[in-house]
Amino acid sequence: MSARVAWADVEVGTELPSQTFTVLRSDLVRYAGASGDFNVIHWNERIATEVGLPNVIAHGMLTMAMAGRVVTDWVGDPGALLEYGVRFTRPVVVPDDDSGATLEVSAKVSAKGDDGTVQVTITATSEGATVLGKAQARVRLA
Amino acid sequence: MALNPEFVGRVYAADGSYVVGREKIREFATAIGDINPASHDVAAARELGYADLVAPPTFSVILALKASGVVVRDPDLGLDYTRVVHGEQRFSFTRPIVAGDELVVTTTIEAIRTMAGNDMITTRGDVTTLSGEPVVVTTALLVARGPEDAA
Repeated sequence: MSARVAWADVEVGTELPSQTFTVLRSDLVRYAGASGDFNVIHWNERIATEVGLPNVIAHGMLTMAMAGRVVTDWVGDPGALLEYGVRFTRPVVVPDDDSGATLEVSAKVSAKGDDGTVQVTITATSEGATVLGKAQARVRLA
Repeated sequence: MALNPEFVGRVYAADGSYVVGREKIREFATAIGDINPASHDVAAARELGYADLVAPPTFSVILALKASGVVVRDPDLGLDYTRVVHGEQRFSFTRPIVAGDELVVTTTIEAIRTMAGNDMITTRGDVTTLSGEPVVVTTALLVARGPEDAA
């Protein structure tokens, strides 16, 4: 209801503050419990490798949620988001160690509507590889 | 294994309602590392103009997962759930979910296709209040990877 970024102050190309997230196995367990997604490939290495994955992988929805924080942290109001969509192009592989996986998220304004909204295009990478494709959000600014 | 194309257009009515609790919003926000005060502190949410705690944008996946679980596990559909990965996800918001909402999800199978040996199914979840006020539409593309030698 009250984004803290003014539409008038933003132009196409404006970069949002980027963020780096660490994803540990314990984060996957916590997300499984919170979301109700208990798919074994997100916590059981034996089964993950049996079905052809390199290791346990993060929930795509956890990756999407973290990437979305770059947008909601920028506008301040989680309710300012009007649209948010992603394509899961590559899994975030989470090793069983203390450093886990790293997710790097950057974003910039890619279009400006004349109705007080902007479109933001998000880039998310892990181990140098892009993990989200066509990641875009539409946000209402102040 | 091809999916049954007759399922396209099928609509699954809500199976009960979901009451959004403050602690669930806090738990979900914590699980995604979201420290936005509007999802943790009622006073902060009210300062932004909301009646109660605001759920993070992807919160509705909890409801959508429950609702679509019934659909994708329907044996007549023929989806091998052990081979399913999430291909795409989209949310279209009319308004954010806030604590105290009582919501229902109607699930529709929008599309079914097979590409390079992979079965793909698109489901849409219309999340509304009990009185039918739209809140969010969540669309998921699920991909069932074909056998290694089929691709």
